[in-house]
Amino acid sequence: MTTATPVLPKLIGERVKRREDPRLIQGRATYVDDLKVTGMRHIAFKRSDVAHGKITSIDTSAAAKMDGVEAVFTGADIAKILAPMPIGTPFPSPAHHAVAVDVVRYAGEPVALVVASDRYVARDAADAITVTYETLPAVVDPEKAMTGQPAVIHKDFPNNLAVALVPSGTGVAPDFSKVDNTAVDKAFAEAEVVISQRMVNHRLVPNAMEPRGVLAHWEPGKETMTIWSSTQNPHILKTMIAAMNGLGQHQVRAIAPEVGGGFGAKINIYAEEYVCSVVSKKLGLPIKWIEDRTEAFVATTHGRDIIAYVDVAARKDGKVLGLKMKLIADIGAYNMLLTAAIPTLTMLMANATYDIPAIRTTLTEVFTNKTPTDAYRGAGRPEATYFVERAMDMLARELNMDPADVRRKNFIKANQFPYQTQMGAVYDSGDYDKALDTALKAANWDGLKAERDKARKEGRIVGLGLAMYVEVCGLGPSSSLPTGGWEHGQVTIERDGRITATTGASPHGQGNETTFAQMLADQFSIPLEHVTILHGDTGIVKQGIGTFGSRSQAVAGTALHLAGVKVKKKMAQFAAAMLEASEDDIVFENGTVGVKGSPAKAKPFAAIAGYAYVPVPLPAGLEPGLSDEAFFEPANNTYPFGCHISMIEIDRETGEPKLLKLVAVDDAGNLINPLIVEGQIHGGLAQGIGQAMIEEAVYNDEGQLLTGSFMDYAMPRASDFPRFELSATVTPTPVNPFGAKGVGEAGTLGSTPCIVNAAVDALSVYGVKHVDMMLRPEKLWRLIKHGSQGGRS
Amino acid sequence: MIPVAFGYERATSIDDAIAKLAESGGKAIAGGHSLVPLMKLRLSEPTKLVDISRIPGLSGIRENGGKIEIGATTTHTDIATSKLLREKCPMIAEAAAEIGDAQVRNRGTIGGSIAHADPAADFPAVVLALDADIIIKGKKGARTVKASAFFRGFYDVDLAPGDLITAIQFAPIKSAAYAKLHQRASHYAIVGAAVALGVKGGAIESARVALTGATTHAIRLPGVEKALAGKKADGISAAVQNAAVEVPDVSVDLHASEDYRKAMIPVFVRRAVERALARG
Repeated sequence: MTTATPVLPKLIGERVKRREDPRLIQGRATYVDDLKVTGMRHIAFKRSDVAHGKITSIDTSAAAKMDGVEAVFTGADIAKILAPMPIGTPFPSPAHHAVAVDVVRYAGEPVALVVASDRYVARDAADAITVTYETLPAVVDPEKAMTGQPAVIHKDFPNNLAVALVPSGTGVAPDFSKVDNTAVDKAFAEAEVVISQRMVNHRLVPNAMEPRGVLAHWEPGKETMTIWSSTQNPHILKTMIAAMNGLGQHQVRAIAPEVGGGFGAKINIYAEEYVCSVVSKKLGLPIKWIEDRTEAFVATTHGRDIIAYVDVAARKDGKVLGLKMKLIADIGAYNMLLTAAIPTLTMLMANATYDIPAIRTTLTEVFTNKTPTDAYRGAGRPEATYFVERAMDMLARELNMDPADVRRKNFIKANQFPYQTQMGAVYDSGDYDKALDTALKAANWDGLKAERDKARKEGRIVGLGLAMYVEVCGLGPSSSLPTGGWEHGQVTIERDGRITATTGASPHGQGNETTFAQMLADQFSIPLEHVTILHGDTGIVKQGIGTFGSRSQAVAGTALHLAGVKVKKKMAQFAAAMLEASEDDIVFENGTVGVKGSPAKAKPFAAIAGYAYVPVPLPAGLEPGLSDEAFFEPANNTYPFGCHISMIEIDRETGEPKLLKLVAVDDAGNLINPLIVEGQIHGGLAQGIGQAMIEEAVYNDEGQLLTGSFMDYAMPRASDFPRFELSATVTPTPVNPFGAKGVGEAGTLGSTPCIVNAAVDALSVYGVKHVDMMLRPEKLWRLIKHGSQGGRS
Repeated sequence: MIPVAFGYERATSIDDAIAKLAESGGKAIAGGHSLVPLMKLRLSEPTKLVDISRIPGLSGIRENGGKIEIGATTTHTDIATSKLLREKCPMIAEAAAEIGDAQVRNRGTIGGSIAHADPAADFPAVVLALDADIIIKGKKGARTVKASAFFRGFYDVDLAPGDLITAIQFAPIKSAAYAKLHQRASHYAIVGAAVALGVKGGAIESARVALTGATTHAIRLPGVEKALAGKKADGISAAVQNAAVEVPDVSVDLHASEDYRKAMIPVFVRRAVERALARG
């Protein structure tokens, strides 16, 4: 009988809809706040309302007396059961108590907490705690802070220097023991043109849709701790919770249930996670804390906030001879898990897409009385991209060159990869000319220029912006991460031929339940619906690092694939025994396992799986079962890249900028699911454009966050954007078998500088050479009204 | 973002709501988009909420004897999308469409917006320009207050405790428009200008010009109104150029300095007048 068997589609590269979405958009997902454990109590924190001050008294008596209040802890109480919090970078760090002892250093720092029967009682009781402070001068301006003014925040860190000047680039020994400026000095001595500009990449509030939340459950009878948290990396959480509770890692299970976005701000292991765990252990009760939005603005780490003094030395033909970048990072009041390392990524990517022969970067990190910073989508790389791409644009303007031409003149060429940068990175693969050409064509660059010029003649203020980017992704070899840089995957073929796989990545919006299933379905030639991807539970996922640095596909995807290779080999051995064929001749096709050249012999995939679990007879040399795991350690990071182009118009009377067009060409290597990739790019663009145009965390001189709610902090809405025009080039990486590079953060890199470049282009008719973000209408109105010679704005 | 404990009752009729509000501390709630955020920040701590959102007949847009009446619990979306308003009084529909975001417009109500009287809310300027009547019912019965007398100061309106706005009533005006500089986070007005004109033969016979966002509460600009009388399109700029002079205590905040706000007042007044005049 010859019935046509439907052939299973090849899924890699297909626009498969996210399997996660139905539960997310129908309100059927389970977040930390949805969880209930019998006996659960609730914590609310009393937080400092001053930015810098000595605690002179704490009166908890009224709170302690309230009905439903079980316990009240001050910073001193917590310090007895919890050591200062560790950081994850090799930099010196001041003692950071989870709950402040004696001194508060930012508005929003916890000073006490209440344990109560419900969340409302806990909140009321926290409000009933009275704290008095001797107010100290708030350190707000990082450049003044570097002179120790108006106060020193941590006594062992003179001049508020968290990291005193660290050099990097050409002529710097890897251990910083020697700094040879010869090449950089020569570049500037030989320059025909030098561009110098101070630029600010301002502070942002990450604002995941789901604020943070923790539920810690110490079970005295079992001597085990289970902690649920809205985190990007449950395995790191498990390690830290064990260490800080004096437990073995075998006693702790960390679970990231549904996580409503992280954007880097849920990598850090937070005070509230430690506090819930130690309080649960102390009281023997399950303890829950859910962050409210007001808290999230001040208690969850912020992003960016770095000043750069950029100098570019070039020839008149546009060739860049040298680059200097003096970086000053305002890291806020404390070092968090990765805080100190984030700006080092700005140094690492200072080469950008250019073959610059001499680069000197220096980095100083400064404490201020603000919420601490840490990773935020892009984490260090958007900052580098912004500074270099603004400088390239300024160079083009100075030389009256097309911004595309000045970039092309300096590109690392396709035949130069792998490319060793001045900053110590080895770019894996790239074709920057192709990305630029694709973007120019997609945007109709010459047509846009004509349109802009016509608009200008009509008296409209219209500008075009272009920016290249390259990003370090797929983090990374273990040498680049203190946690280890590998990822883990396990593939189990169930008795019925379905696949349950676990990944050490902890997706919270990335769509890996879909993309990883696409990979495994193709690997075994079975339907997508037969594959489940489990993640985010250290009790189920044996090992893992987590989701950040655009690493899931490149590292975790590869680990799963390699686990699949092992299982597939074993399954082929069972099939060879069952089908009386050579293992080498076994083929997996269309939901069957068969023998090459003998299609009649093929058995359903499930039949071979069933045999592996009831192996009668057991083939010689085989154990029953089909499950195996793999760790994948990449040999290098990946370096995706692209080119973004924008057109904006500024209202002459009001200064309001309007984004008219945005074209993004992104090269993330080979794509598993272009639909999900586009979604990631859309989100990244929204955040990158948001930073350029409407988002800014603003502090006053007293260290109070003025943009502490959505009434004053503008989160981008869909209605803020035109339809994004996306294109791609495909330059696979040799670093992993898929040739996939990573794309989660990419949208934030090119978009921000290309918007500001467009604004400066638009305002250039008024003599404006630079404007710092965000493009506040009043700021642009003043430039239109008064003009500017550049410089500080 | 956790309010203090409060009671909640749902009113079944206007009289029922008034009775319930008469009890101490009661506050009316409809869409909750002004009140609930304040409660969550513990800036407002009512002991009881009286929900008026489901009172029959309190919502809806009606035309009656040449006047239009909008029930107090009519949502911004209902106003923005009303065919009747788009046709006969487009200014109020276009102002409604620019309030907040879709979620706010779907829940927020015109009565709530006017009763709350945020200094930067859109509807206060709109009802001033329309010279609307605010229909109020309270313990002592019903009364009607002119919009021009209703807004008295910073969050200060002519409502006694237990009073309820039941409707807004106005004669529709086609040659009216609203122009607004958006605060990009809240989408409240940094400056919002509502203008209603009497037009004859392409010239302005009479004008009502109202402003929100610029000072403690929405106000009329009688000087500008006078200056506009008799002007054609080419005379508008000159007539509105000193609009800011009429505005006392110009607001200053993170989003606009005094300078900038003052400069934006004539810009948005002019834009509204031009659009209103173009509607003939």
